[in-house]
Parts: sequence; C-alpha cells; structure tokens
Amino acid sequence: MSTFALDQIQAQLPQALVERYKDRAGEAWGVIAREHIVEVAKLLKEKLGFRLFISMDAVDRLHLPPEEQDPRFEVVYFLKNIERNEHARLKVRVNEDQDIPTIAKVFQGADWAERFVWDFYGVVFAGGQKRRILMYEEFIGHPLRKDYPLRGRQNLIPERPIQDIFRGPGTNGVQD
Amino acid sequence: MAAAGDEYDPTPSEHELEAHLQTRNMVINLGPSHPATHGTVRLRIELDGETIVKMDTEIGFLHRGFQKSCENVTWTQVLPYTDRLDYTASLQNNFGYLTAVETLMGIEIPERANYIRVIGAELHRIASHLTTAGATALELGGFSPFLYAMEGRELVIDRVTELTGARLTTSYGRIGGLNRDLPEGWGDKVLKSLVKIEEVASEMDILLSRNRIFTDRTKGTGVITAEDALDFGFTGPCLRACGINYDIRKAKPYWAYDKLDFNVALGHNGDNFDRYYMRMLEITESVKIIRQCLRDIPEGPVTIDDWRIVLPPKEDVYNSIEGVIAHFKLVMEGVPVPVGEVYHSTESPNGELGWYLKSDGSGRPYKCHVRAPGFQILSAMGRLCEGRMLADLIPTFDTINMIGGEVEQ
Repeated sequence: MSTFALDQIQAQLPQALVERYKDRAGEAWGVIAREHIVEVAKLLKEKLGFRLFISMDAVDRLHLPPEEQDPRFEVVYFLKNIERNEHARLKVRVNEDQDIPTIAKVFQGADWAERFVWDFYGVVFAGGQKRRILMYEEFIGHPLRKDYPLRGRQNLIPERPIQDIFRGPGTNGVQD
Repeated sequence: MAAAGDEYDPTPSEHELEAHLQTRNMVINLGPSHPATHGTVRLRIELDGETIVKMDTEIGFLHRGFQKSCENVTWTQVLPYTDRLDYTASLQNNFGYLTAVETLMGIEIPERANYIRVIGAELHRIASHLTTAGATALELGGFSPFLYAMEGRELVIDRVTELTGARLTTSYGRIGGLNRDLPEGWGDKVLKSLVKIEEVASEMDILLSRNRIFTDRTKGTGVITAEDALDFGFTGPCLRACGINYDIRKAKPYWAYDKLDFNVALGHNGDNFDRYYMRMLEITESVKIIRQCLRDIPEGPVTIDDWRIVLPPKEDVYNSIEGVIAHFKLVMEGVPVPVGEVYHSTESPNGELGWYLKSDGSGRPYKCHVRAPGFQILSAMGRLCEGRMLADLIPTFDTINMIGGEVEQ
C-alpha cells in the first residue's frame, strides 16, 4: 500500500506529523498536529495532487480503553489523488475545549463536512461555519457523542415564524 | 391627468418615458416537499428577476440517526439500516458495507459470492440510473420516458425480489458471503429481462437524447468545472461528466471487477446533459457486465467455511453440539470483529460509497461512518445554481440525483 502522502508530509512538514501507523488492511494513517492541518491540506492539494475531497468525520473516544481516551475527539480526513490512485487518511486529535482550523478555504467540500462534525460531535472549526446541518437549530447537545443517550428525548419546540419566504404578489417579500 | 379637449404633447421627453423601477431581490422557498423535486430538501432561493443570486440548501428532514443506530447493534444487524441509505440501489449499500467489514476482519469471500455481488450491484445500478433519467424527464415535463424507465426498473426489482425476497429493503448478503445462493433458473430470467431493459433504455435514449426540448434545457446548464467538482468531492457519473476518469471499479477493483471487461463512460462538459448521458451509457455497460458474470460464474459455496463468522447450516445446528454453540454465539454475541479501523469504498450508482469503520472488539461497531456520494454533491448545489436562471435549477437538482436516504442518513 502506498505511503506517498505521509512520506511527503514527513519530508516537507516534519513538525506537522505527530504519528503514523498502518491499519488492519495495511493502509497508512497519519496523525496531524491540530495547528498544522491547513498547511498539510494545502500541501496535499496543491503540490501532491490530492485534489479530490472525499470525506470527513469524527470519533468520540470516550468509551475506548483509558489510554486512548485523551484527547477525546479524533477528526478523520480522507482525500484522494486520482492520478496516483491513493487515498490519504489523516487524523487530528482534539479535546472538547480545543478547536481545529477550518480547511473549507482549501477544499470547498469540507464546508458541509465540518458542519456535520460540529452538529454531531460539537468539535469547533475556527473560521468555519458553526451551523447545524442535519439536526434542527433548537437541538440541545451533540447526538453522536457517546454520552448522548440512544433514546434521549428533547423538548418540543414552538413552530418557528417563517420570515424568509416571499408570500406572493402584492406583498413586500419580507427580507431577512 | 389632462382632460378631453386639452392640448397634449404628442412627443413626450425621454425622461418621462424612463421609469426608474426600484427592483429588490425576492426570496422564494422550494421544498421540503415540492412536486418538481424529489427528496426532502428545502432550497431558499434569492432571485433577482429570474436569476438566482444566492441559494441556501437546507437538509436534514429525513435524518434517522443512522450512525447512532449502527453503534448500538451488532455488525450483522447494521445491514437493514444500510438498505435505507440509497433506497434505489440497496444491494450496493449492503455489499459495500459487508465488503468494508470483511476488509476490517481480513477475510476473503468465495469467488461465486463475488460474482453474485457484482450481478446484484449492477442490477441495482441499472435500476438507479433508469430512475434518475426517468425522473429527470418527468420533472422537465416528459411523462412517457418516465413510464419506460419504471418498466425497466420494475423488471430489475422483480429479479431482485426473486433473489432476496424483498422489493426495496433487500438486506441481502452476510459477513463472509451471502445468506443464500441464486434461485433455480434465475440466470435465464435475468438474461431475458436484460433484453427488455436494453430495449427500454434505447427507447428512452431515442425519446430524450435527441429531444429538442430536453437538450435545450439540459445542455449548458448546471455546468461545473473539473477543478470545482474535485474540490467539492464529486464522484461517480457527476465527476466523470466533467471528463475525469475515476471509477473505483477500475481504480481499485473489488469483487470480480478485475476479471470483467467494461468501459468507463466519460463526458466533456460537466453539464446536466452529460450527467444524464453518463447514466444512460453506464446502463449499457452494466448490462454487459451482468452478461459476462452469468457466463463466467463459477460453481461452489457462497459463504466462507468458518462458523465463527457465518451461521452453520441448519442440519448441523439441530444435530451437533458444535453447530448449536456456533449458532448461539453468533446470535447472542455477533460476529467477532477484531479491534481496528478501516476505510473502504465501492462505486455506488452516485459515486464513491465509503465506509470508515472502527471496532473496539465489543461485537458492535464503535463508529460507522458512511461517505454518501450525494452529500458532497448536494453541497455544491449553491455553486451549480448561483448566477444562473431559476428554470435551470430543476434539471440540475435532478441530474445530481440527490437521494434523501443517504444524504440525510
């Protein structure tokens, strides 16, 4: 399995790569320092040809063995280099009170992915949108955290006044 | 106003004729349930005349808590949840998920099971593409192509019903292979259906691909450059419509794709017509693939021979202590997936269907991330529509084929 992406990161930005290992399928993973993720994303996209944004998500490590619990969250990034036919698998580890610089300026597709991670895990992306994507705005908490109950119930919310739609000809079309 | 009999000026000055209209942008709302779209998505559109100035896509109306549910059931019990992701091609999700779990466990499934997976997946690719092309035609005002598409899709669904026992929520396949072999005489039925499907597809092609109204509305609308498409994470027919040759079936062959002969359809313009046409071309390729599979499919078992992973045959469960214990342990504890993590992807009709699975060894997924191709594509809806006409929104929304089930999980 190719380790081109991680080799290049190690050569060009050695301070960014905290740890590297192989998973059970023999694929290479790299743990990136929180503050360097934007540089790494830029390097991968602009110099190394990882131009296809694949996906992002997070893992709440609360229920893993104690030695793996700190920091609490692990945000995973997947990028793809089509010419080399290689996926880059990256991770950034953060605690609840830390934020990650947004890579939405580098990859436009990361915008929604970061909203998803914020919505479901409460990981904040500095400089990114802090807006829920699948849950509703009034929702309290972050449902994919391991301490959020499976059958957790939330209070009913009053219907939101609809202000942002045009109500037909003859009216003003209320603006935001 | 002047009264009758007054002198009037027959040539008014220019400034009297020029009305200074104070235009303001209008905000309209499309969805979450609208007859010209499918799926539940709300589009908040700011219009200047008929040009879209700004568009905000609001999703989540179909959110079912897929990941949370998966984290609380055994690895096999996740399977029914995957049906509901891309419900027009549930076998693709079933097999994609199973292959990811098998990669995580490091097991290889028998050759016959691989071939059956290809057949099932390609049948559903045909169904999905027919639905997309038919729905696009329907929402642009052509009802007949939609009926042809549904006829073809119905044939596929009939064959899938015979194979799996369910029309849409198939839950077919198990970790380590398949839960049952092909039914008697099923291959011949599929071959017959394929002839009919080819007819239907070519009928649709005649009705749509050279149809003046259809091409006028789809050619040159919803254009995206290859660079932007990559940036947003387009995959599948939408990315190939921009001319980028990325098909996981070729790039990283899984199942039996490396032994099959097929081509990857490539477009040039990245517009709605190309996205539609890629799907029509892929139907032909899928038909070709299924014919080869039915010709080359080897005999043999469809599951691996390991009772820790697959249920033992009923005969052994009733007649031997080993069978009873294996059955009991599998049902009570689930498949023992070792500690570890994996990212594995397969080519679903809409693009790269990726699974990031993490196991803590407890018999349940610790994390089950699904990379739904539609999620990334839908995030580019604003880019595809802003600065374009309102009427182009409908074909654009159709050809990206947003499936609520997978986007909103």
